[in-house]
Amino acid sequence: MDLNIIWFGLLGVLLAGYAILDGFDLGVGILHPFVRNDTQRRILMNSIGPLWDGNEVWLVTFGGALFATMPHAYATAFSGFYLPFMLLLCALIFRAVSMEFRSKVEKAWWRKMWDYSFFAASFTATLLFGVAVGNSIRGLPIGADKEFAGTLIDLLNPYSLLVGLLAVALFAMHGSIFLYLKTEGELQQRVKGWMWTTFGIFMTVYVLTTIVTLVTLPQVTRNFETMPVAWVAVILNVLAVANIPRAIHLGKPFYAFASSAATIAALVFLFGMALFPNLIVSTIDPAYSLTIYNSASSQKTLGIALTFAVVGMPVVLAYTAIVYWVFRGKVKLGKFSY
Amino acid sequence: MELDVTFLSRLQFALTVMFHYIFPPLSIGLGALLVFMEGTYLRTGDKQYEQITRFFTKLFAVNFALGVATGIVMEFQFGTNWATYSRFVGDVFGSALAAEGIFAFFLESGFLAVLVFGWDRVSPRMHFFSTIMVSLGSIFSAIWIVVANSWQQTPAGFHIVGEGVNARAEITDFWAMVFNPSSIDRLVHVILGSFILGAFFVMSICAYYILKKRHLAIAKKAFTIALVFGAVVSVAELVSGHFQARTVSETQPAKLAAFEGHFKSSEGVADMWLFGIPDEGEERVKYGIRIPGGLSFLVHNDFGKPVTALDSFPKEDRPPVVIPFYMYHLMVGLGLFFIALTLVGLYFRFVAKTIFEKRWLLRIFVFAVLGAYAANQAGWVAAEVGRQPWVVYGLLRTSEGVSKAVVGEQVLASIIMFSFIYALLFLVWVFVMNSKIQHGPEEASEAGVSELGFIETAAEASVPGTHSMTLERDSEITEAARELRSDEEEE
Ligand code: HDD
Ligand code: HEM
Ligand code: HEM
Repeated sequence: MDLNIIWFGLLGVLLAGYAILDGFDLGVGILHPFVRNDTQRRILMNSIGPLWDGNEVWLVTFGGALFATMPHAYATAFSGFYLPFMLLLCALIFRAVSMEFRSKVEKAWWRKMWDYSFFAASFTATLLFGVAVGNSIRGLPIGADKEFAGTLIDLLNPYSLLVGLLAVALFAMHGSIFLYLKTEGELQQRVKGWMWTTFGIFMTVYVLTTIVTLVTLPQVTRNFETMPVAWVAVILNVLAVANIPRAIHLGKPFYAFASSAATIAALVFLFGMALFPNLIVSTIDPAYSLTIYNSASSQKTLGIALTFAVVGMPVVLAYTAIVYWVFRGKVKLGKFSY
Repeated sequence: MELDVTFLSRLQFALTVMFHYIFPPLSIGLGALLVFMEGTYLRTGDKQYEQITRFFTKLFAVNFALGVATGIVMEFQFGTNWATYSRFVGDVFGSALAAEGIFAFFLESGFLAVLVFGWDRVSPRMHFFSTIMVSLGSIFSAIWIVVANSWQQTPAGFHIVGEGVNARAEITDFWAMVFNPSSIDRLVHVILGSFILGAFFVMSICAYYILKKRHLAIAKKAFTIALVFGAVVSVAELVSGHFQARTVSETQPAKLAAFEGHFKSSEGVADMWLFGIPDEGEERVKYGIRIPGGLSFLVHNDFGKPVTALDSFPKEDRPPVVIPFYMYHLMVGLGLFFIALTLVGLYFRFVAKTIFEKRWLLRIFVFAVLGAYAANQAGWVAAEVGRQPWVVYGLLRTSEGVSKAVVGEQVLASIIMFSFIYALLFLVWVFVMNSKIQHGPEEASEAGVSELGFIETAAEASVPGTHSMTLERDSEITEAARELRSDEEEE
């Protein structure tokens, strides 16, 4: 196994870490409009209040790591997705500041304004992540010069929008299970209903996406022929999905949460399997695709970055664990809450 | 009309990075002061220091959130707008950025949660530990980003692979890249600049409370801490700036010549302009006052030796002069002003012991924080514009670094979007900070306090002739303030 493959894996780990962790707080944002009153809205925001910033750092680190290890992929993807990307940045800005600003003023219109922007930003960000994944699976018009040669309309195709919807449904479900863990009483009963609804929507879109992918993009499974072990991930994925309703039914929300986290991890893994060894598939000519070899940094840089990861990630996991431990338990509104 | 992608991308980068850089120096500077304040609380057990820490933590949190929100834009903008640059430098520059994520941002954001929300959940010691970690994290992030930026200014530890459009820099020596000729100097300078801002920020708010006779005991204590700290770092900044200017004279002589408006080498000895109006067309500084041989002395410790001038460089390699000249002089002027102001402050605080009655001096302190913001911005603008026309000094021109897949209309659209969002954010930030400052630290209620807003007071103090010592409020309230208040009553 060479450094390029290791980094393909580590980028996958960072992406999965991001999707699992920020997934639940994006999900909480998507569910935000569905509660009754101001107190409940504040409980929702405070359930993720201390956590979302750390979660978002996974995305920042993913970006930095991609820049360091696969600069061509970083450059091509981000300049190619220019406008959607700007929209994404805009959404991420509004998410951050909505939470920070909302409770600073008591007035109803003020809070309503930030409530809307919090929801809209969470929804848009999730949708765009999904659209980006969808486009990566389909491939992009990449020319011989490694540059994106398409237009904005190319990016907004039905398949990618479908994957976008899948992301929204997935994160909403993930977020509702998280909220179930964090709430109590009447609100928790409402959240229970959401868990079932979002699970239903997720299942529908998930099955549909799987069928459409297998029918229209058969190349995604080609790696399974050479690497049959990958089927294990497929089986785990199915089991994890199936375990979500079981755990909810048995009243074990923590298992449900772990299962939906595992579902996300498995989906990211399958995404990686569909791509490997490409990072961006060219629809113009497969020879133009950006692979983990022709878009990578030098071996020396990959080694240095690996040292960072080996030294840094255990420490990061340690204090992520500390922070989650400090803020365990049900949300209580206090003097320091949003 | 064909829109110029390079120009627009530069404009966008300048806009977004300057907006981002409103927040980081305060996070760094205030973070360090929070460590002092909370440490004093733990050491002395004096509850008032706890109240101070809690109060500034709230302001810190709002500021930090904006730092994060605007920072994410920066992280991805290299890919969106500077794709060719990213391909060129990814090997070198990317590692520093990745290190920043792993070693700094996780630390900051994780412990920030405990700092802001953890008062009642963890022990005081654990809380103090979190404060230290947040402060360290913000300093680490400054380290990595300044290393990355310094590498662009003075590249080292790399070699060029490939030719023409395929050329890229590849790392040969990691530590030479990290400790490139300018990184240490610039890092020290940036961090001290942030500390200056933190100190002046605290002094500004405390001076305001003292003027308004609110939270007096607390405000005096915090003011004193910040004053001592501010004086030390202001003096240190001058020393650091001096060493930096020397490094620039060796590594980027064209930049230093632009800072100092040193156009012609035929002049022999180089003068130092205290101020003046540089004219790029005529290649000279007009209406200025100069120290003859001053620049020669700065660079060589010798009033008689010549210094490389702009005309030693081909026209296409020369930086613009006007912006770096003014910004550099603004920064240095403000730096000297901070030293003078804090020394005067120290005198009245510790020798004459009358500072808290000197309303004119306190008023200056209320405003001086704006100067600290301006100096930080001016420093970056001087350094970055002075680096032009290179994006990586001597290796890659800014015009060669832009994305090829992006067209002008797209960049224009994103600039409009960012301008709109940032203007909104800025207003909301000022508003929220102001209302937090109004609310003040939590403590036993004080009777008869003034209700004038922070901004209103600032506005009032800037109007000549309102230097009355009385607190007869109504006569002092401006028309605008009255309107504001009647608005609130309607609600
Ligand atoms: C000298 C310090 C300094 C400078 C020059 C910059 N930053 Fe910054 N940045 C910080 C110091 C900082 C900080 C103190 O660490 C921040 C600001 C406040 C905060 O919350 O963290 C931060 C936040 C921040 C974040 C969000 C981190 C998070 O999610 O916690 C990102 C992604 C960046 N920055 C990236 C950049 C880039 C790409 C820059 C260059 C173009 C840049 N920053 C200039
Ligand atoms: C440490 C991080 C950086 C900081 C704090 C920083 C700071 C600044 C500042 C303050 C300006 C404003 C100058 C002006 O108003 O004209 C600026 C401009 C600019 N920066 Fe940087 N910069 C950083 C890194 C970079 C990087 C990595 C690039 C590479 C793409 C870059 C490219 C530019 C460009 C193209 C401009 C516009 C220059 C101009 O106006 O002529 N900067 N930067
Ligand atoms: C007191 C006299 C000062 C001197 C002689 C001085 C000198 C310098 C020099 C020579 C540079 C350019 C370095 C380069 O391009 O590599 C610089 C940059 C800078 N200065 Fe100053 N400075 C002074 C005060 C200040 C103050 C008071 C602040 C802020 C509070 C400040 C903040 C900055 C910043 C943020 C930069 C850009 C980053 C960098 O290049 O290091 N400076 N300064």
